[in-house]
Amino acid sequence: MNLLEATAVTKKFGGLTAVRDVDLSVSEGEVLGLIGPNGAGKTTFFNCLTGLETPTAGTVMYRGKALPRRPDLVTKAGVARTFQNIRLFPNMTALENVVVGRHTRTKAGVLAAVGHGPRYHREERESEEKARELLAFVGMPKVGNELAKSLPYGDQRRLEIARALATEPGLLLLDEPTAGMNPNETAAAAELVRAVQGQGIAVVLIEHDMRFVFGLCDRVAVLVQGAKLVEGTPKDVQSDERVIAAYLGKAPEDLKAEKAAEKESSP
Amino acid sequence: MIYLEIARSRVRSKLGPFALPIGLLGALLLAIGCFLPWSTYAGFPGKMLNSTPGGARLYVLLLSLFAVLFLVDWPGRSKALRGTSLFALIITVLTMLFVGYAGGGLVNCGIGVFVALVGALLYVVGAQALPEDSAPAPIRNLPDRGWRTLVETLLVVGAAVSALLVFVIGLGIPTASVAEGPDRRLGGAISLNDLTNESQFLCFLLFVCAAMLGLSRIGLVASLGALTKKHSRVMVAAALMSAVVFPFTQGGDGYSLRIAASIGVFAAAAIGLNIVVGLAGLLDLGYIAFFGVGAYFAALVSGSVTSVLDVDLPFALTIVLAAAISGIFGILLGAPTLRLRGDYLAIVTLGFGEIFRITVNNLDGSAGPSLTNGPNGISNIPDLALPGGFSFGDNHTLFGVDLPFQANYYWLEVILVAVVMTAFLRLAESRIGRAWVAIREDELAAAATGINTTRLKLLAFALGATLAGAAGSINAHVVKVAAPDSFTFLESALLLAAVILGGMGTVQGALLGATVLYLLPEKLRFLQDLRLLVFGIVLVLIMRLRPEGLVPSKRRQREFREPGGGADALAAPPGRAEVST
Repeated sequence: MNLLEATAVTKKFGGLTAVRDVDLSVSEGEVLGLIGPNGAGKTTFFNCLTGLETPTAGTVMYRGKALPRRPDLVTKAGVARTFQNIRLFPNMTALENVVVGRHTRTKAGVLAAVGHGPRYHREERESEEKARELLAFVGMPKVGNELAKSLPYGDQRRLEIARALATEPGLLLLDEPTAGMNPNETAAAAELVRAVQGQGIAVVLIEHDMRFVFGLCDRVAVLVQGAKLVEGTPKDVQSDERVIAAYLGKAPEDLKAEKAAEKESSP
Repeated sequence: MIYLEIARSRVRSKLGPFALPIGLLGALLLAIGCFLPWSTYAGFPGKMLNSTPGGARLYVLLLSLFAVLFLVDWPGRSKALRGTSLFALIITVLTMLFVGYAGGGLVNCGIGVFVALVGALLYVVGAQALPEDSAPAPIRNLPDRGWRTLVETLLVVGAAVSALLVFVIGLGIPTASVAEGPDRRLGGAISLNDLTNESQFLCFLLFVCAAMLGLSRIGLVASLGALTKKHSRVMVAAALMSAVVFPFTQGGDGYSLRIAASIGVFAAAAIGLNIVVGLAGLLDLGYIAFFGVGAYFAALVSGSVTSVLDVDLPFALTIVLAAAISGIFGILLGAPTLRLRGDYLAIVTLGFGEIFRITVNNLDGSAGPSLTNGPNGISNIPDLALPGGFSFGDNHTLFGVDLPFQANYYWLEVILVAVVMTAFLRLAESRIGRAWVAIREDELAAAATGINTTRLKLLAFALGATLAGAAGSINAHVVKVAAPDSFTFLESALLLAAVILGGMGTVQGALLGATVLYLLPEKLRFLQDLRLLVFGIVLVLIMRLRPEGLVPSKRRQREFREPGGGADALAAPPGRAEVST
């Protein structure tokens, strides 16, 4: 059984179809790249998966169950995400940011919090320990007490991943994890994605850095104008002419041939 | 502000080398002036005639002691000196004007005030001419010796006791309302005596501000704050003891205890509102309605003859039920409206507050069911009684001190505030408090991190309402009446002002804000109709000079005082920041 199974997902905004009939499956523990030109609907597709947008049509199954249509329930079910434009809690410390990620995996309610029972203390301690581990895991063990907003850009991206991992996901969706990074930071990000994969967590990532995508992903899917164009191994996708055409446009002679073909087919 | 800076740099460039002699001379003159008479006639209180400084003279004398900082190179000293010298000047000038006005002309001022005025001016100039501090004052620790813990503990206890002292002295300065009883507030001419007395209070207030400013700028307040955090149990015990002991210091004066009890109610409600506004970031402009629900419920089941219900529930039950019913109202209002954010939510809550007031105004039997006696409200609410026959309306004698009955209500308020504070503090640092702050910081990210934002916002709303309901039910018995005009928008706005003024997200802030906001109008009655104007100006000034509030939470301080506050401060990726797929 596939981990995630999106079938015929469609999202329309008024007259615009941002995502059209997209099928996508992710198997346990794989890294899947989602690429496509700007405006292809990649982020909208992510939003449909994570409950931030309700798809106009189509189903999304996670571990054989339909994913709920509310972001917090999606996270609880085990699908975590990061955002293209980083969305941390800027005035909380790095550690607090990650501890907030533990919210769905902890239980203390109002009475426990006010009553300060032993269970409450244990849970708080565990959350903090886990958060420290995660900060170390993403490679920044020493910044726990610094404000999220005062961290350097690359660290903010990694902190966002740490926060997502704190929700104990089975599938992690990364929206442009290397946007704005220099080559060193990109290499570190690739390592981090592999480490996440090493934990048995499947990763779907949207990315524009082709070297990053083709070097890292087990499979790559290409979205163009809201529809899935190709899906396959990096090698297949890389050499597919339709993909090259979608990114770079077509050669003039191809266009002429196409027009001729169109004329023939239309009576 | 920029003009101030320019003026200061001019003074500095011309007088820089002479800052020390000028400032010291000024402080010396100021101190000498304090030992000379400040008025030529008897009748202005506050010991203005003899050679022992008292009242304003004492305050100015104490402020002149800060001049010692001219001699030591202490970090933060020039900021501290600038503040204290300016306040010394203001107090001197104000007292001069008061003495002159009350005596019929400035000619009636004593020689001392003029000496002090010259001294204060030199003091200010000297302070302005000091070079800018190289670094802000650090938090200082005591040397690590055997006696360290003991001294630290004593300091913490001392802090709590001095807070009590400031409160007692401030409350104890007789003002018109105290001297002539609560009926004075109904109007009447201001006597000379009122003016002179209340000028004392004003000077005291300015002195406290100046001393706090000076001490905080040389880092002593922050150091003491760190100590209170380190010995938090001692601090809590000392603060609680101070609060409990307070009635014994009042010499049987019921009025001041009543004011203190009202401050307690106000503070408890403000802390409840702080959950909603300070932690969860939901702007609630109709909060007083929840307070009103609690008050009306307590009034209805109090056994009052004017209540339409002929029931008299035991008080413990009333308080719990009032809190629960207010909480239910909170959920009823919150469930449909919490999808709204910011301004929209504020408008809806504002509307709810008005609906509540108008509804209770009309439930008098003629336009609807008879429940609240309309505009007259439910009055003659009896005193509380405990099952053992203890009535809150009786005077008692404890440890040989006669205590007016108001002390009973005061202690009840202390318990309420303690409970509300504990709830707030523990919630704020729990998983739920963190989730609230996350929602305030970025609601969408909070949802994507697994926080059920709707439920948590509703929880904040309901908890705030519950605390307000409990406070309201007690207040109904303190003021003995529940009437619609106590629950106007102005009250909601005042509570919100207390939270913002004190510092969002902290209990100490809400407590301080509530105290200041309740006490100022109560004590500045000599201004009569100008009262609200002055009050408004004070609020504007505080928000201009200290936008994060008097006792801000660390988080809020960061937002205002560190480069790039708010969510937009997150680094935007260079280059293709706005690319969206």
